[in-house]
Parts: sequence; C-alpha cells; structure tokens
Amino acid sequence: MAQSKWMKGDVVSGAVLAALGIYIITEARQWTYSSAEGPGPGFFPLWYGIAMVMLSLLLIAGSAVRPATGAKVDWRGVGRAMLVWAVFAGCTALLKLLGFLTILALLTLFIVGAMYGKPLKIACAAATGNALGFYLVFPLALNVSLPVGPLGF
Amino acid sequence: MDVLANLGHGFVVALQPLNLFWCFAGVFLGTVVGVMPGLGPAATIAMLLPLTFKMPPTSALIMLAGIYYGAKYGGSTTAILLNVPGESASVVTCLDGYQMARKGRAGAALGIAAIASFIAGTVGVVALMLVAPPLAKFGLSFSSPEYFALMFLGLAMVVLLAGESLVKALLAMLVGLWIAGMGIDLFSDASRFTFGNSEMLDGVDFVIVAIGVFALSEVFANMEGREEGTLLPVPKGLRNLLPTIAELKACRFAFLNGSVIGFIIGVLPGAGSTIASFISYGVEKAVSKHPEKFGTGVPEGVAAPEGANNSETGGALVPLLTLGIPGSGTTAILLAAFVLWGLRPGPLMIQDNPELFWGLVASMYVGNVMLLVLNLPLIPLFAQILKLPVYLLYPIILGISLVGVYTVSSSLFDCYMLAAFGLLGYVMRRLDFPSAPLILGLVLGDSMERALRQSLMMSQGDLSILVSRPISATMLFLAVLLLIMPLFRKFNSWRVRAIEENG
Repeated sequence: MAQSKWMKGDVVSGAVLAALGIYIITEARQWTYSSAEGPGPGFFPLWYGIAMVMLSLLLIAGSAVRPATGAKVDWRGVGRAMLVWAVFAGCTALLKLLGFLTILALLTLFIVGAMYGKPLKIACAAATGNALGFYLVFPLALNVSLPVGPLGF
Repeated sequence: MDVLANLGHGFVVALQPLNLFWCFAGVFLGTVVGVMPGLGPAATIAMLLPLTFKMPPTSALIMLAGIYYGAKYGGSTTAILLNVPGESASVVTCLDGYQMARKGRAGAALGIAAIASFIAGTVGVVALMLVAPPLAKFGLSFSSPEYFALMFLGLAMVVLLAGESLVKALLAMLVGLWIAGMGIDLFSDASRFTFGNSEMLDGVDFVIVAIGVFALSEVFANMEGREEGTLLPVPKGLRNLLPTIAELKACRFAFLNGSVIGFIIGVLPGAGSTIASFISYGVEKAVSKHPEKFGTGVPEGVAAPEGANNSETGGALVPLLTLGIPGSGTTAILLAAFVLWGLRPGPLMIQDNPELFWGLVASMYVGNVMLLVLNLPLIPLFAQILKLPVYLLYPIILGISLVGVYTVSSSLFDCYMLAAFGLLGYVMRRLDFPSAPLILGLVLGDSMERALRQSLMMSQGDLSILVSRPISATMLFLAVLLLIMPLFRKFNSWRVRAIEENG
C-alpha cells in the first residue's frame, strides 16, 4: 500500500523533533540567558533548540516536496523487532522483582522459543545455559554485583 | 631520535605481561566481533567499557584499541566466506573475496586479507607515531576560542558522517547536544532537562546511550528477519591459506595503495574505513592492467580494501589523540572512554601521558603481529563462530548490555534508560537517521558549551573573539565551508539535471 505523503516517516519524525525543539526553547527561556559573568545556562540550549525547530521544518518541507519513493515498509519485521523491545523493556522493569539471572533466562526462553520457534526443550536448555554462563563469568569470576531477586539470584 | 626513544619506552609498557594479556584479549575479541555480522566494534567497545573502569587506563586502552583494529581483520572472514561483510568496511572485500572463494581460492583470499591487514596496519601505526606529536604541539597554542572552533569543526564533520540526508544527520547531532546538556549546569546550579527526576541530575551516562543506540538497536534490527547465509567450506591447514607467489606479486601495489590511502582517509575525521576501502579499491582498479577482471575474484581486489580499512585505524587515532576530535562512532566511544577514566585527549595528551600514548602505539605493533599469527592458522576456528546460532547470540548481547549499564552506577534507572535508548536507536535506523552524529553531539556537546561560555566570559560577551583570532577564525571558516558544501553539490546536481532535461 502506498504511503500518504503526510504519513511518511520524515514528516512524523520532523513533527516530533520540532515539538522537542519547542520544548527545549521553552525550557531554555526559563533559565538565565546572559549575565554580567557571561552566558548563562539558557544560552546554549536556546540556540540548538531554535536550530532543531528550523531543521525539523526543513525535513517536513523537503519530504512534502519530494515524490513518494513507493518503498514498502516490512511491518511484519518491524512488529517482530518491537515485540522483542517490549519484552526487553518489560524485563528491565522486572529486574528488581525477579533478579538479573531469572530475567535473563526468561528473555532467552522468549527469544529462542517464541521468536525463533525452537522446541521448548532447546529453549529451556539455552535459557539455563545462558543464565549459568553469566553467573559464572560476572558475579563469580569478575565479582560483578547484579540485581538479585527474592530467591537470591 | 626522540621518537625512537619514546617508542622504546612504549615497548617497555606494551610488553609488560598484563598489557600483553589485554592486548591479546582485545585483538582476539576484536577478531571474533569482526567475524560476526551485525555486531560491530563500536557496540562491543560500548558494552565492555564499564568493565574497564577498574583497569589501569593504559591496559584498558590497549584492549579497547585492540578490539577496534582486530575487528577490521575479522571483518574479511564473513565477507569472503559468506558474502556478508562482518563490518561495513569489508563491503568491498565481498566483491572479489567471495568470487575467489567460489573459485576454490578461499584460503588464498583469507591469507591475502590477513597479510594486507598486517602490512597496512603496521604502516598506519608508523604514520600515527610520526604525525601525532607535531600535530599535538601545534594544538598547544589553543585557548577557549580555539577549542570552541575545534569542537564546532568536529561537529561540522557530521556532514561526512551523514547518510543520504544532511538534515537528518544535523538533527541527530542536535539530539546528542540535548542529551549532553541534561543534568546540573556546568557553571551554575541550574538543573536542565531532568524532568524533575533526581536520578537525572548527574546527566545521562554516555555508556547507556552508546549501548542502547549501537548494540541494542543492532539486535532489534537483526531480529526483524530470520535469514542466515550459507558458509562456503573453510580451508584447513596453513598451507591452504597461503597465497601463491604470483598472487602476492600481483598485490604488491595494492598493499602500498591500501596503506597510504587508508591512513590519509583515516586522519580526515568523518571519512571512515568504509570510504577508505572503496577509494583504494577504485584506485587499484583504475591503475590495474586488467580492470575488467575486478569483481571476478582478483587478489588485488581483496588486498587494497583490506589494507585500507586497517591502515585507517592508525589515521583515525591521530585527530582523536592529538585534538580530541573523534571521526567515527567507534572513536567517539573511545573518546568517551578517555573522559570516563579522567583523561582528556587533546594537544596535552602526549605530553602529560607519554606512557599511555607510546604504550598504545607500541601495543599496536605487537597487536598487529598477534593478529597475523592468530588470523592465518586460526581462520578455520574463527569461521566456526559463524555457526553459532543467532538465537543464542542475541540473548547474550542483550545480557552483556544490561550488565554493562548496571555496573556503571548499580542503578536500575539506568537499565530503564537503556531500554529507551535501544528503542531510540532502532527508530533512528528505521527512519534513516544516522547514529554516529548523535554520538558526536553527545561527546562534544559538553566541551563545546564549556569552551563557548569561557570564550564569551573572556570577551565579556563579545562574539567577535571567535573570529578575531587566526586559528579559530580559520577553523570556523572551514566548518562553515564544510556545512555549506553539500548545498553547492545539491545545487550543481540540480543544475546539471535541469540542463539535461531541457537539452
């Protein structure tokens, strides 16, 4: 399906970055721009905020003028990547509750079993092996402390 | 004579058992990383950076630099055997390397790649040793306005790091500046862009951004599909890896060409090893007596780009170590590593830390020998890494990333930030925003703001201080020229197209 000119990634990213630029300018205006001692904390952000807004508008304008390339987005691939990211983000949120090694085992189980469709036996072996390997290398050999769950690992 | 004496001291440092070990660890890891498509030296150095905090800076730098140039050696293996470049710099090697492998000359192609890498890598180090000290001496005359101009010039190099869109590269760089500005202000106690979160007062650690944007985004992008290449048979035994005398003779100019072009391109910030390998391949083809054979499996087509991408490493370290300007994503991470260890690369670097600089240079000689010894007989072993299923590799990378970030300050908040920056890196990839400019902005942002504000304090707010001093004026002029150059190119290509369409 051909993308609408206004729904192109450049337009959306340009709008988001323009909004970020406006936020930066708004924040910078609350800090001292210049004093007797020299430029204040608002000086530098104000200028790169303005540059960001201008360049974002240029990106949007350029995208609107350019003809659509017709290149299709592999939404299935994007969906796979976003699913992995969501699970990874969820895992980081659960680090305190479950501990690093449990989280790593679950993450491995998900990637091997769900994302690559390997049999449960292989997925479980990979999850256990990965967690064990990390335990041997980091907390044991390198004395690196990692988040620990209620079960002590 | 000074150079030789300093190099002698450097060898005393590099040949210490501990440093030899870290040098070996670095080049070995680098080769492994280079062999694996999808995991680059920038991501690896970013991931391992937190683990080097407790190491002596010299040992840590020797190891990280080993990863950097070691990856260049390893990158050719996948290019030749799989037609998949392990590194972007090995793209050109695919052209003739894979064709040689298909003709049953995989061993010779791998051998030529290793020999070219060794020769050019060594030439690059010699040139680094000779060029860096005088350049650093020149840099000693710098004050705040010159530093600001230098940082501005460094940021203008974004033009060379840009992909298809300069606007996107500049926007990515501005996002980097914004992230660099988060936390307590350098000169006052104002907290900036902290969203009312006390954990943000110290700013965002560089490691979190680098690992998120480089390592995690690579994993997410690679997991979009499940394709795996087909590995051509790996020749066993040293004899099968050695090229014939005729092949070596055919490569003699390519070794020289790759070494010289690689170093020169490397010194220019932003150009990078990919460009170096393309240019040296082009030059080799242009001067060849049989240019039509390029792309069908000629040894010179492997030697020139492989030499160039290795010699480039020595060149890329020149602006980094003498002026503090990183020219690529990997050198930007190396710059951050210096800052984290409490060192500041720049004109005073060689004078203040001779042990570190000359130790590094000497270790690169040692590392190149190690790589040659490692790569010739152990290529079949390294090629086995390619058989490691990706479904096992990705959880390991995600795990190392989490460990790397958590060890910075034992903060779970940093892990949440890592997930956020991983998403940012992936979105940037999908939307064709280059990530190297973001890193450049992040690394140089702080120093640039400091230099600008100090300059304006010196002149009581008079901006003309930046252009009234010859060195800073020249650098600012060059930066502006660099920034507006693409506009002329665009205008010219539009003009040519218009003439063609009308004619």
